Amino acid sequence: MEASVLHFFEWLWGPYWSTLWAWFKPVWPLIWVIMKIVAILVPLLLGVAYMTYAERKILGFMHVRIGPNRVGPLGLLQPIADGLKLFFKEVILPTKADPALYFMAPALAMAPAVAVWAVVPFFDGVVLANLDAGVLFLLAVSSLGVYGVIIAGWASNSKYPFLGSIRSAAQMVSYEVAMGLALVCVLMVSNSLNLTDIVHAQGRGIFADWGVGALSWNWLPLWPVFLVYLISGVAETNRAPFDVVEGESEIVAGHMVEYSGMAFAMFFLAEYANMILVAAMVTVFFLGGWLSPVGFLPDGLPWMLAKMSLMLFLFLWLRATFPRYRYDQIMRLGWKVFVPVCLIWIPVVGVWMMSPFNIWE
Amino acid sequence: MDLKTIIFYVFAALLIFAALRVITARNPVHAALYLVLAFFNAGGLWLTLQAEFLAITLVMVYVGAVMVLFLFVIMMLDIDIKRLRQGFWRNMPLAATLGVLMVAEMALVLSTDYFGPVAFPGTKMGADYSNTRELGRLLFTDYVYPFELASIILLVAIIAAVVLTLRRRKDVKHLDPVQQVAVKHSDRLRVLQMPAEKEGE
Amino acid sequence: MLKNFVMPDLYPAAPELFLVAMACAILLADAFAGASRRWLAPVLTMLTLIGCALITYATFDGTATLTFANMFVDDPLSDFLKLLLYVAIIVVLVYGRDYLAARNLDKGEYYLLLLFATLGMMVMISAYNFLTMYLGLELLSLSLYAMVAIDRDSPRATEAAMKYFVLGALASGLLLYGMSMIYGATGTLELGRVAQTIHEGTTNRTILVFGLVFLVAGVAFKLGVVPFHMWIPDVYHGAPTAVTLLISSAPKLAAFAMALRLLVSGLFGLAEHWQSMLMLMAVLSIGIGNLAAIAQTNIKRMLGYSAISHMGFMLLALMSGVAGAEVDPMALINAYSSALYYIISYVLMSLGAFGMVLLLSRGGYEADNLEDFKGLNKRSPWFALMMAILMFSMAGIPFFVGFFAKFSVLLAAVAAGHVAVVVLAVIFSLIGAYYYLRVVKLMYFDDPVDAASIRAGLDMRLLISLNGLAVALFGLFPDSLMMLCTATLVRSL
Repeated sequence: MEASVLHFFEWLWGPYWSTLWAWFKPVWPLIWVIMKIVAILVPLLLGVAYMTYAERKILGFMHVRIGPNRVGPLGLLQPIADGLKLFFKEVILPTKADPALYFMAPALAMAPAVAVWAVVPFFDGVVLANLDAGVLFLLAVSSLGVYGVIIAGWASNSKYPFLGSIRSAAQMVSYEVAMGLALVCVLMVSNSLNLTDIVHAQGRGIFADWGVGALSWNWLPLWPVFLVYLISGVAETNRAPFDVVEGESEIVAGHMVEYSGMAFAMFFLAEYANMILVAAMVTVFFLGGWLSPVGFLPDGLPWMLAKMSLMLFLFLWLRATFPRYRYDQIMRLGWKVFVPVCLIWIPVVGVWMMSPFNIWE
Repeated sequence: MDLKTIIFYVFAALLIFAALRVITARNPVHAALYLVLAFFNAGGLWLTLQAEFLAITLVMVYVGAVMVLFLFVIMMLDIDIKRLRQGFWRNMPLAATLGVLMVAEMALVLSTDYFGPVAFPGTKMGADYSNTRELGRLLFTDYVYPFELASIILLVAIIAAVVLTLRRRKDVKHLDPVQQVAVKHSDRLRVLQMPAEKEGE
Repeated sequence: MLKNFVMPDLYPAAPELFLVAMACAILLADAFAGASRRWLAPVLTMLTLIGCALITYATFDGTATLTFANMFVDDPLSDFLKLLLYVAIIVVLVYGRDYLAARNLDKGEYYLLLLFATLGMMVMISAYNFLTMYLGLELLSLSLYAMVAIDRDSPRATEAAMKYFVLGALASGLLLYGMSMIYGATGTLELGRVAQTIHEGTTNRTILVFGLVFLVAGVAFKLGVVPFHMWIPDVYHGAPTAVTLLISSAPKLAAFAMALRLLVSGLFGLAEHWQSMLMLMAVLSIGIGNLAAIAQTNIKRMLGYSAISHMGFMLLALMSGVAGAEVDPMALINAYSSALYYIISYVLMSLGAFGMVLLLSRGGYEADNLEDFKGLNKRSPWFALMMAILMFSMAGIPFFVGFFAKFSVLLAAVAAGHVAVVVLAVIFSLIGAYYYLRVVKLMYFDDPVDAASIRAGLDMRLLISLNGLAVALFGLFPDSLMMLCTATLVRSL
């Protein structure tokens, strides 16, 4: 890929290329990495923007409404308009807030949500950093997102944000446990911490040999764990039906109460980026990543995107369908249902792998 | 000085700065956040030693979970810094003397050439070396006994936390729906047999 | 898949494995049993301890076996100490039952913590590696912190637990620091290899001694000797008496094992250094412990200070192993077996003394003031006699077990040439006899403050009588126990 990009530049600049290249050669690796980052980030941010649009349209459809349809054809420019509005709004700093932390919080929420994408593989070899301990990196960095929430709540120096941030942080920390334990099963069957290897491991199996690869992916043999991971993913991102952080009747907008303008938009971006990330992770861990579900079609990036879109649609569907959980019920679900389910499934998988019926050879 | 050394010094300098701020910051929440920064840099130092598993686990466990809970507690408490600092200057001379003594002793011991950089040459690992795999292998073979003991210690910590915090409050008027539903008429109503009485006797 | 993996030999660790399995079973049984079956946990705990004792006895073979990659040792010393440990814990269970029930503290968690503390002590007794020693110690300490605080509505118990926890954590830190220094110097955590490396003399002595200082400080804290004794009176006083009974007895056995394993098995090459440290601590402990005990009006506090002085005596024996440049194996065994003898007799006396305090308390009433012992003779001559025996023995008056313990320790110290130290120790223990005899005087020559009769279960009455009589009997026939100690150590060291 690197060579073809260089080739393209050579064609673009024509005769000046050799002079330019002499200048740029020492810093080229850096430029190349930055180009890759941009190539991931721009689609991601566009995805976030149109995720909000999709959400409103799909919710509208499910509620038998129309949804946004004024700005641009079919309301397609609505996210741009929303973005401009937030961008030009004043950012308010409450009098008794802690200024440094108050402004750091949105950045701390946003940074991990973006940084995690470094290890997400989109296709064989198409990944910014193919880390050996990719899963650990993913868990570690995504667990940092909670700091944005907790610091926002505290730095606002206001009751509702603080209560909201404590709710949210406790919820995120709790569901991380279930998510981590669910991943243990995945790691056991794929025998690797590398995300690319995990996808490859799902391409092997009896069903894959028969041409129905979709049945060889992890979702089928690890069904309970798949459900746990999926639901924990929704809870981890504080999405409905686990969106107790916000609530007009109780704590308004949780930790985001005092934020306005771009600072608020950052939290918003982080939430949607995290949603897309969870969709990507479910795809990589359980739905075979970029692998094709049937033998006669080639593997490729479109599969990855299609599976992610399906997951995202599922999240919106959940929001349109289910009533909200009560807070103690959320905690009970996390600790008393999901954690035990994972803890039971780990030995089950272990025994399965040691038995003659092992399907992951 | 190669890139690795520069990275080491950056991490080390940040770590020391953060650690100093942990003890000098006036606001306990700021102190806790500096501690987070210190953990982060310690993780970075481990990364330069090819111990990526330890580094990431440090971030995951301490930064991602322990410090969050720690912050919960600090944020909930109303810590009065003035009262904590009472008697600081009175005890300062003694504490400073002891501190200087300790530092001097340690400097004396650590300045012996045993702790020089020559004594522990770093082991160069092959390209297929995985820190995670090696640690896992050791933990579940040679070190399985201490590993299980550590897990029992955590179990004891859970039991201790439960026994010290769980209690039924007596002033809560709590209804048990199961009992309400399971009630039988014989629990509430008793039919007495009495001989009939005539009026006016 | 793993190649070259050899399954560790689990047979030597059978008692530990049995205990862990039972503890988990009790945890589940207690959680699902409900309020009507509260008897389940104590009964199962008792059965577990008896089972452990049977397994330890059945697997006894007079040799030392290493397992778990040389982290665990099963030698006669460990079996002997473990058997004593089970007995002590069973006694703690029986003595504490009524007291805990009266205060509504006999929850299942109490018994679980007790079992895990026992496991911690067993691990310490069998540790052959710095790492397992530390983990056993943490397991024990963590359980004890929680047990001290288990009466959460008592401010005094909470304060005691807090002090214990903070100081204990500090001591663990010191110990760990010392261990890491020694690891840095020798490159190994295994006690045998540490000893070998030191013997070869290729390591840096300064760093070893630097680490040793921290290590000895950690051990001294766990033993509760001056200057690391500050927690003892507060914790003994503040904890529920049933827990004080535990803290004052069984952990001393484990701490003795820890001292012996770390200092003798591991760092014997540095004996000249740690012996002089122990000497200083021993003299200070005997002095301060005995002097401070005189001023106490609370018997739990008084016994706490007495524990400090007793531990000082034990150190007196530990520091007398090596005299001069030549190591005399006979003198070595003599000194260490007298230390073992001392610790066993102390545990016996301490169990009895705190058992008496528990016996006198009833309902929600604590009989922990010296006043409460006034006129005990009029209320119950038999138990007054038992208490008198215990006090005489603690004071070191002849023909009780405490006398022979002190005597053998002093003999060992004289043999090692520490005559001045011995003279000091004798003077201080003479001063100390005052406060033990004061209890006897209160019981026999004062009028009772309240004349309520003593109510206790038959098992407790029986056991406490047995306890007192054992103190008297071992005093009359001291040789049998002494020979057992010597034989154990000869085969283990």
